[in-house]
Amino acid sequence: MALGLLKQGLRRKYKPQPVLPPRPELKSSYDVVIIGAGGHGLAAAYYLAKEHGITDIAVLDKGYLAGGNTARNTAIVRSNYLTPEGVRFYDESMKLWEGLSNEFDFNIQFSHRGHLTLAHADSTLRTMRWRAEVNKHMGVDSELIDPEDIRRLCPQLNLSEEARWPILGALYHPPGSTARHDAVAWGYAHGAAKRGVEIHQHTEVTGFRTEGDRVTEVETNRGRIRCGRVLQAVAGASSQVGAMAGLRLPIHTVPLQACVSIPMMPFLDPIIVSGTLHTYIWQTGRGELVMGGSSDPVPGYMTRSTLDFKESLMAHVMELFPFLGEVRLNRQWGGMTDMTPDFSPVMGETPLTNYYIDAGWGTWGFKATPVCGYRMAETVAKGTAPDILKPFRYERFDTFDQVGERGAASVGH
Amino acid sequence: MKLMHCPLNGWRNVGEFVYGGEVTPTPAHDADPKAWADWVFMEDNTAGVVREWWFHSPSSYWFIAERDNVRDVVLRTYPPEEIFRERVDFSSEGASQ
Repeated sequence: MALGLLKQGLRRKYKPQPVLPPRPELKSSYDVVIIGAGGHGLAAAYYLAKEHGITDIAVLDKGYLAGGNTARNTAIVRSNYLTPEGVRFYDESMKLWEGLSNEFDFNIQFSHRGHLTLAHADSTLRTMRWRAEVNKHMGVDSELIDPEDIRRLCPQLNLSEEARWPILGALYHPPGSTARHDAVAWGYAHGAAKRGVEIHQHTEVTGFRTEGDRVTEVETNRGRIRCGRVLQAVAGASSQVGAMAGLRLPIHTVPLQACVSIPMMPFLDPIIVSGTLHTYIWQTGRGELVMGGSSDPVPGYMTRSTLDFKESLMAHVMELFPFLGEVRLNRQWGGMTDMTPDFSPVMGETPLTNYYIDAGWGTWGFKATPVCGYRMAETVAKGTAPDILKPFRYERFDTFDQVGERGAASVGH
Repeated sequence: MKLMHCPLNGWRNVGEFVYGGEVTPTPAHDADPKAWADWVFMEDNTAGVVREWWFHSPSSYWFIAERDNVRDVVLRTYPPEEIFRERVDFSSEGASQ
């Protein structure tokens, strides 16, 4: 028995295969330098290599792979936005998400859960009806439903009319999903590295050299790199990296906290969101409740957790699910959200002709990982942003041409 | 951070205060739309010590705070008169001079 196990273990066929090759030496020049090895940066590298045949790419990160906001979100995917521009963009992401496990040959645990955004006031119902009509017009499955339908989908919810904020209806989005955030980043990293992309962790960008309107060199703590094109994808540090390139961005960074409960028996199928109660909540495959609340009341770069956050979140969670009163929390953390004035991202070209930006991802970045990588790769490869990204261009603020998505935000702000 | 010092009312619970944005110089009245768009939408978004407007809600009092937004500490609060020593002339004649 033991001998058989030993023989099996020593067979060459079962040699350990590292997901990523060891960190290579930094070369003096790359066609494309991507700053930020989170989901977005890695996805862009992957699609540049796969769809556009560009493989001379360095992905730089001052920390470790997917250790920033890719690790700090609450992993919800949906496309029931408010503007046609937003719905079109996030729906393309949804379609890419559905194929990712097959594409990576690796299970990213993507699962359609159904997504319920609760309404506790007439004004919320009005915005939801508007969203549902825009969604349907754009071919997205989305419907305003009444409390009886909610009871059928989620009988655990407190639907009593005696509640402080009774539930009057909900925007029901059947394709609403969750995915394993680390798996997505590692799937893209593995696929990119397999095609020749170099991933340089612990490599911090410290400045840029420019000639005219072009970036010629990226300065790092490991030396200078000449670059053909640069893509910035550093949610939570966008203003700092942008400033090194001379860009001032329409962003203020606000901490957003989240937490996870102890594991419990499965009881909650759909994702439940309430903007009025500043709460979103879903149950993971191993039984933990993932919960998030409203943004911190002041901007900043603080990654601590506060008691205020948990006090308000738990009070609201108990309004929705009174029986959770005795459940303990397991983990808590804070992430950095780059909030824009119109609650939409900033993507595409910049005043520097070979510097492309992927920023302003506020509280909506995770769900856009595939489409943003796919379309930013196209932007970098062709030098111009495709039509689907044009509404989100950096210059839109100069022309007062915003894409107002505040009405579709889950997080209270 | 549980308490904040209001220059008018002394130490108060932080829940009584509302954040009011960075202190930034307003463009001239007749500045071009690009300058106004920059002022309205673009931000330095500094990581470190920032100078901000704050509001004490129960007494409707605006003041200025210097805050380290990485360490989450308020370093100093003071009345706006420390910075704004003269009345701003908002009439179009005044602005175009």
